[in-house]
Amino acid sequence: MRKFIVKRLLLSVVILFCVTFIIYLIMRCLPGSFVESRAMQLATAPGAKPYEEWLAQLNAMYGLDKPIVIGYFGWLKDFFSGNFGDSWKYTVPVLEKFNDTVWLSFIMGAISFVLELVIAVPLGIIAATRQYSRADYAISVFALIGISLPTFFFATLLKLLFSVRLGWFDLVGLVSRNYQLMTPFQQFWDKAYHLVLPIITLTIVSIGSLMRYVRTNMLEVLNADYIRTARAKGLSEKKVIYHHAFRNTLIPLVTIIGGSLPGLFSGALITEQLFAIPGIGYASYYAMVIGDIPFSMFYMTFLAILTLLGNLISDILYAVVDPRVRIA
Amino acid sequence: MSENLENKDNAVSERDEIYSLNDDRRVKVLSPGALVAKRFFRNTLSVVGLVMIIAMFIFSFIGGFASPYAEDEIFYTYTDMKKNYVTATRNDAFRYAVADGEQFSSTLQAKFQLAYNNNESSFTYQNVTYDLSEDGTDLYTITTDDTVVAIAFKDIVNAPDDAAETISFDLRKAALSAYTNNASTFELNGQIYTVDKNGNVKNNDTLVAYISRFIVQAAEPGVNITREFKEKLEDALESDSAEFRYIDQDDAEAVYEIEYKPASMTWNVMQDKSTYVKMTYASPSKTHPLGTDSNGMDMLTRLMYGGRVSLIIGFIVVFIGAFLGVIMGGISGYFGGWVDNLIMRIVDIFYCIPSTPLIIILGAAMDAMQVEPRIRMLYLMLILGFLSWPGIARLIRGQILSLREQEFMTATEACGISVQRRIFHHLIPNVIPQLIVICTMDLGSTILTEATLSFLGLGVKFPFASWGNIISDVNNSFVMTNYWFIWIPAGICLLISVLGFNFIGDGLRDAFDPKMKR
Repeated sequence: MRKFIVKRLLLSVVILFCVTFIIYLIMRCLPGSFVESRAMQLATAPGAKPYEEWLAQLNAMYGLDKPIVIGYFGWLKDFFSGNFGDSWKYTVPVLEKFNDTVWLSFIMGAISFVLELVIAVPLGIIAATRQYSRADYAISVFALIGISLPTFFFATLLKLLFSVRLGWFDLVGLVSRNYQLMTPFQQFWDKAYHLVLPIITLTIVSIGSLMRYVRTNMLEVLNADYIRTARAKGLSEKKVIYHHAFRNTLIPLVTIIGGSLPGLFSGALITEQLFAIPGIGYASYYAMVIGDIPFSMFYMTFLAILTLLGNLISDILYAVVDPRVRIA
Repeated sequence: MSENLENKDNAVSERDEIYSLNDDRRVKVLSPGALVAKRFFRNTLSVVGLVMIIAMFIFSFIGGFASPYAEDEIFYTYTDMKKNYVTATRNDAFRYAVADGEQFSSTLQAKFQLAYNNNESSFTYQNVTYDLSEDGTDLYTITTDDTVVAIAFKDIVNAPDDAAETISFDLRKAALSAYTNNASTFELNGQIYTVDKNGNVKNNDTLVAYISRFIVQAAEPGVNITREFKEKLEDALESDSAEFRYIDQDDAEAVYEIEYKPASMTWNVMQDKSTYVKMTYASPSKTHPLGTDSNGMDMLTRLMYGGRVSLIIGFIVVFIGAFLGVIMGGISGYFGGWVDNLIMRIVDIFYCIPSTPLIIILGAAMDAMQVEPRIRMLYLMLILGFLSWPGIARLIRGQILSLREQEFMTATEACGISVQRRIFHHLIPNVIPQLIVICTMDLGSTILTEATLSFLGLGVKFPFASWGNIISDVNNSFVMTNYWFIWIPAGICLLISVLGFNFIGDGLRDAFDPKMKR
């Protein structure tokens, strides 16, 4: 087991190295970058230096005058020494901006993840146990609609219904206008209230795949021989399903849940942007659009690490949960 | 009755005579393809999905031809727009006219104002005493030692429209004094002038000046405001009416609305003018069933062309992804060993690259480079296609790994068939079912990705329509709340297409699965 983990970790490091290099390469090669537009802007000021001089100065300032490979290793060295640089857009250290925003995203992600589990697992089981029934069809269609719904369309529908027509929620933003006047307790509730629509959006658009996953795995288990044996023994259907079948469905379920835990930190790019929730997705969207290399590099590396971590966790959990699996 | 029975018996016996009991032809034989089709069509959801997709295809591809309008045809309309024509201000501050050869500096003006406010009849400045005498309502003459220095007034004396010369001080003074004292005539330099109630100053029936409390300024340069118009306006302002009619020099009659702005203490006079404008956000009507969009283009036609773009992008992207994925997955699965290892590590790297942020960065860069919309669409397809192959490659590899060990592959090897033929003629066809299923599902998700990017303004760009960039109009919350016909139909089209592909993919997966009971 330890050998497996070490091997996987080493492989992950190699993959991460390649991924960050590719991203760095792309970001450096893109024209029309932050520095160029900045130089253009500075050069138009009255009495300013010409564009070329500004460009050279800014490039030297941001360390972009070095060749890409050397620049990459410089970045790598800084990264390993814990220096992630300063964000160009937010003009604060990347880590500070990250720390400011990531927890909000995590809270949003975690709440919607719990909601997904609470809704998807029972519905998936119901669909599987009553295969081809009306309930199964309804749940399958619901799941597929959830998968097929464009986030931005669903969010806009929610806004139209609940914010405009009913006036229950604010259209965008995390806090009300009179936020500064509230007591800390009220401030907490104010934020929570503003997170309702984004969390509903997140939950609905990602609930479908989990529901289908539960259904498929439950169906597989229900067709297994030991379920037939359990039924043959004369156990009640309830016991067969919740005692024998469900426990075995937990194996793939726990694996996928464990694997998606790191993803909770990644932020919801589109949803946060639509509702103007200042989470990590929102912050990184604007950083990426403007070509802020330190912040984008950090965010993409962070996402890559989360993906690798998720895969590793699900592999390990698979071995831990299922005694039949032995990893060499 | 008995005859019938006999006939039936005969028929049965005849058939039995033709086919013996163990003859294959007695059993209805279905080809594997027909079996799949049968299972597929027995599934309600997949049939619904198929109908949805066919409907969307007809809508997008045939609809574009059926529509009487072109993709980027702009519609115009005449609309009565209230345009600000002139602004009128009532003059409430003293203005000064200085007699020829005299000085009346701004300090003196301020001194005068002070004296006026305090109801004093004289003021002193630098040892000179100035006397004020009220010659009429809001008309003061300022004198020192009986010499007239200046006059202070609130009613303004204007030269008539076509007069080139300015009004002399004496005329101004005499006219004002007559007007403010409600005198109808006055004499100056031996000439007799008449003043009427409207402030027209005439000499032998020719207008030499007119007096008015209002300052009227045209809102746009180049507009000549006639005296007649001003008179009408003043009448309206004095009688407090909200609108008046006026026939201008070109004999065009128009209604002018007067609107008082308390903040700036001005009256804005709006002219209802018929203007030729783009027909933006027109409500649904017979000629435009879904109205028009922000550029005055027919929404239904845009929707059809948008569907074309979304569907074509989906197909091309999936084709690129499937093409690369099958080749890489096929090679990887068949050869195994270090080739497999290498390709799978590349796949791992691709899996690990955060695709959405990457596409956003590339889209933003294309924005900065101002790539032409058509080229941009091509780049978008290449990028999305290139990012989508690893999933397909992994699936194909897994399938081929298991198929490789089966007897028929040993047979192909024994027959001496070339490697290329073995992979692409014997292995890949066996993977086709899984490939079709994953491609159908991918079509749905690609359309979603493209729509999301276009929604963010980083995908398909104007003048091309795509369902995503049609919906992006909701970024303007006024459009979102008031013009449902702009974005809801596009969203429904998007939902139907993606849902249709997912239903079909789901149905195909079940239909291809030999373990399926139904």
